[in-house]
Amino acid sequence: MRAGVITFPGSNADRDLAEAFRKGGADVTMVWHKETELPQGLDIIGIPGGFSFGDYLRCGAIAAQSPIIRAVTGFAEKGGYILGVCNGFQVLTETGLLPGVLLRNAGLHFVCRTAPLTVVTSDSAFTSDYNAGDEVMIPIAHHDGNYFADDDTLARLAGEDRIAFTYGDNPNGSLNDIAGILSDNRRVLGMMPHPERCVEEVQGGTDGAAMFRALADVLAPA
Amino acid sequence: MKARVTVHLKTGVLDPQGEAVRQALGAMGFDGVEGVRQGKVLDLDLADGTTEAQVTEMCEKLLANTVIESYTIEMA
Repeated sequence: MRAGVITFPGSNADRDLAEAFRKGGADVTMVWHKETELPQGLDIIGIPGGFSFGDYLRCGAIAAQSPIIRAVTGFAEKGGYILGVCNGFQVLTETGLLPGVLLRNAGLHFVCRTAPLTVVTSDSAFTSDYNAGDEVMIPIAHHDGNYFADDDTLARLAGEDRIAFTYGDNPNGSLNDIAGILSDNRRVLGMMPHPERCVEEVQGGTDGAAMFRALADVLAPA
Repeated sequence: MKARVTVHLKTGVLDPQGEAVRQALGAMGFDGVEGVRQGKVLDLDLADGTTEAQVTEMCEKLLANTVIESYTIEMA
């Protein structure tokens, strides 16, 4: 599996995400946001957490206009896999690769803790090593994770089994407790919680490891 | 020439920041503030000849997220 991880000014989880991909067996290339082309032969792109461009204007809005994003959009249109975590999820909604938007947390507080999530679907390359209904503990750390979309979009996400994760204890006001969603081809996942922050025991939990194992299985069959 | 773009949340979109401001005003003794919606103002300095249509495109593509926000443009 070949993974590329995009770094924007203000990204801070890029190396963690790269490390999690490597732990899943991936060969990882870091890609600076000013690049206009992706490395050849990528199977998956990671868009990391952090505070790209200082969250100016709206979280992810400036990053979504970065030179590399045109290549990322083209990659998605050709059926490429993308994992956007936290600020990466915000970037994916701002680019239009995923529907909806992440608003300021309803309680106005930055939330930073390990959150119980429910795996809603195992029908994706990201979640195939989980079972639907599994409860997993994944760290969250965000100020703007309050998922909002119009009623039609919410109904479509539910009807098409595109809600990947929900919160057990909604920390931010997200509609329908949504923590992560899939694109219509199920190859783009955006989620506020950080699976890359729980892939080995030293991080305090390993519930995220299954995502990177599953990706390696699907994208690089032995 | 200049343009002033005002961006505000659409009706029905929760505005926790505006709500916090409303509560603070109430706590300060300003009675009767029934709602606060927080928005933002962007003042653009533009080359002469820039059209309102171009500013509209800027709003659609970057300055506002039309999923949740609407905007108004004043050209001056």
